[in-house]
Amino acid sequence: MSGFADLFSQYDILAAFLVNIELTLWSALLSLILGVILVTMRISPIASLRGFAAGWVEFFKNMPLTIIMVFMVLGVFGQLKFQFSDNFDTNFFWLAVTGLSVYTSAFVCESLRSGINTVPLGQAEAARSLGLNFFQSASIIILPQAFRGAVAPLGNTLIALLKNSTVAAAASVATETSSLMSTMIEYNANLIVTIFLIFALGYVIMIIPIGLLTTYLSNKLAVRR
Amino acid sequence: MANSTSASVLFDEPGPKGRRKIFVANIIGALLLLGLLAAVLYRLANPPKGQNQLSWELWEPALNSEAWVDFYLPGLWKTLEASVLAIIGAVVFGVVFGIGRLLDFWPVKLVASVIVEFCRAVPVLLFMIFLWRGFSFMGMSDDASFWAVVWGLILYNGSVVAELVRSGVGNLPKGQHEAAVALGMGPVRALMSVEVPQALIAMLPAMITQLVVVLKDTALGSIIMYTDLLQESRRLGSMYFNMLQALVVAGVIYFILSYLLSKLSESLPERMQRRTMGIAKPPVQAPIAIMDPSNVPAQERAQERERPQGGAEPLYPDHYHGSNAVTEDWRTSHLEHGHDPKHPDMKPKLFQRPE
Amino acid sequence: MKHMFKKALAAVAAVACLGSMAACGSSNDASKSDGPKITIGIKFDQPGLGFKKGNTYTGFDVDVAKYVAKKLGYSEDQIVWKEAPSKQRETLIQNGDVDLIFATYTINDKRKEVVDFAGPYFVAGQDLLIRNTDAGTITGPDSLNGKKLCSVTGSTSAQNVKDKFASEVQLMEQTGYAECVTALISGTVDAVTTDDIILAGLAAAKGNGQLKVVGKTFSEEPYGVGLKKGDTELKSKVNAAIKDMIEDGSWQKAIDSNMQGTGYTPDAKLNAKDTLESQLS
Repeated sequence: MSGFADLFSQYDILAAFLVNIELTLWSALLSLILGVILVTMRISPIASLRGFAAGWVEFFKNMPLTIIMVFMVLGVFGQLKFQFSDNFDTNFFWLAVTGLSVYTSAFVCESLRSGINTVPLGQAEAARSLGLNFFQSASIIILPQAFRGAVAPLGNTLIALLKNSTVAAAASVATETSSLMSTMIEYNANLIVTIFLIFALGYVIMIIPIGLLTTYLSNKLAVRR
Repeated sequence: MANSTSASVLFDEPGPKGRRKIFVANIIGALLLLGLLAAVLYRLANPPKGQNQLSWELWEPALNSEAWVDFYLPGLWKTLEASVLAIIGAVVFGVVFGIGRLLDFWPVKLVASVIVEFCRAVPVLLFMIFLWRGFSFMGMSDDASFWAVVWGLILYNGSVVAELVRSGVGNLPKGQHEAAVALGMGPVRALMSVEVPQALIAMLPAMITQLVVVLKDTALGSIIMYTDLLQESRRLGSMYFNMLQALVVAGVIYFILSYLLSKLSESLPERMQRRTMGIAKPPVQAPIAIMDPSNVPAQERAQERERPQGGAEPLYPDHYHGSNAVTEDWRTSHLEHGHDPKHPDMKPKLFQRPE
Repeated sequence: MKHMFKKALAAVAAVACLGSMAACGSSNDASKSDGPKITIGIKFDQPGLGFKKGNTYTGFDVDVAKYVAKKLGYSEDQIVWKEAPSKQRETLIQNGDVDLIFATYTINDKRKEVVDFAGPYFVAGQDLLIRNTDAGTITGPDSLNGKKLCSVTGSTSAQNVKDKFASEVQLMEQTGYAECVTALISGTVDAVTTDDIILAGLAAAKGNGQLKVVGKTFSEEPYGVGLKKGDTELKSKVNAAIKDMIEDGSWQKAIDSNMQGTGYTPDAKLNAKDTLESQLS
């Protein structure tokens, strides 16, 4: 048991989790914005926008996140010199957020699209008959209802995002949980099971409430028709 | 998107003026995209420091036969080996624990539930790192990274499959269970010989979708030194210092494979639907949220109304029948199609599929 | 508890094997040809030292390993090469999965507790790899303040620089040295740090003289041959073989051929014939 306490005093486990949480929150926000833009493009009257959004979604849905992350560092930052900050730690953090956001935006778009499909035709027809144009009917009528119908898949996306934030290790974010776990196991090999359980339970504790909240909200918010 | 011109209800069919506007917007958008692409290519060819990333000198070693024979193909083989083994293992794991959660015997149910929920919540990368180190301490250092990748994927994807089995059985029409019981089967027998087999067929397309996830997640193996496609292309990159080019090739291979698999999973449902009373459509995503086997039908029902964007005919009965939808029983009829989880009749699904 | 876990794992692994005979069988096919075998652990991903390309293995470590194996009575096709990633070297030896390890394996007291070392067969030192154009400004670890430095994840070499020489250096961690070199060429970082011979190998692979090893080592890393603890007989045989290799000039030849075109010369004082041989007890 003393080994257990030592681990906590020796390594800042909570700080590592905080890095993952920050990665997740920023990426969630950005991917939500991107996802809404994408889904609007996807249902818009302009065929080229639909095509672009569909291509974006297919591309990021079928690309391993690890490769995206490596590319953010070596390609976007290394070659294109796209840089967030002169400070490396901040820079890699935001590169990782960007990678996570573009990857997750594809799934947010798909979730919202399934939400849009829960909105009955009559809603759109009614909006049109009121004289609303595409942007008005999308932003006032369709998307708000789509969000309520898409709570469950969006919650799932958030959970996946939180777990995927560990892949930020591939984008040189060395302070997050999977890197710390790796280091801790290396220097405390005899406590490997304890170390794993600490990190695993950390994720269980974060994810189960999100899951329960998602289920609760999706039942509460579902539009009863 | 095939019939987007006729079935778009979100917007009025654009008139001549509107069409002209759209045409102009299309051209501007295309020019913007081309401009961005040109800027990126220009930057790659003339970086402020370093070398021309588009030069054939760097691309040639990433594309020649030596690269394929010595690096990509062995790596691809390793990737496929781990993926296939992992998906088989995940199905076995998922069926065992999915049935475990369906059985009416609380100790089994509890153990299965705890294991499944735990495996779903822990990031795959953490599993892999732990198993990799653990296996090598236990003397499996020979193939430690291979088995760590396979088992990491089995534990996570198996728990997803377990939920698919559970929701698949939940989505069967109540009549299936009743008919089985009427034939004199016990609840366990009915589950094993009537409900689970149909659920398995129904979830086959979802399984293929899951195979895409598995395939993509094997790339995590490169972080624990498993010599998969990504790792091999890195090695090629360290040989000729064309890391970016090698990674592009690897990325294209991953993309083609998963794209083909996703297309397969989209075309499979029609063929599978004939053999099951369940809903054989791939969900947008497998259910991940805890206690939520209901995601799948919600999305299935969502997809059936895809007509605004050019989708399918409605399969399932719905309270909603066009724009004059307010019927006499609007207070209660929503209970019939699965939105109220607390209703006593809700446990087995009540969908009546029209012929 | 650990025992039970092991048992259960063996059982499931066995079940998984039934599903795929191919996967389990594939690792054994190397041992089909006859004659006794020797299993040697090397790096697979370090050009110039230990690198796997298809089914051929190249590098200085590989050449030394081949020479030693020959002296021990094994021809080249009796060698089974196995990858020995840094973090797994001790376990590979302890489990008996490899007989010898030639994988830039620095001899230190902590490792000596669990494995035995023959050698050293080379003495490396921590150094910096820079772009040729920076040769005037970066002359050693203490000129790195305000610069950017790359090393691989989990290695302590970059942290050493930061702690001992330049507190204002910014660190980047990558999964492999090749990524670091890619970043170095593109100007994202200003230097890569690790043992000089590894850096020379990287510079050699790059070839066209864009990169340069600074050549001012600031630590001593004697590379040993890892072998099972207590096997003194094997240890003295390996030591004798290394001695022969240095004596008959093959050692120098191996260095020259693998470091060709980099202008790299190993630290003359540390790698002098007599110094190396005197340590081979």
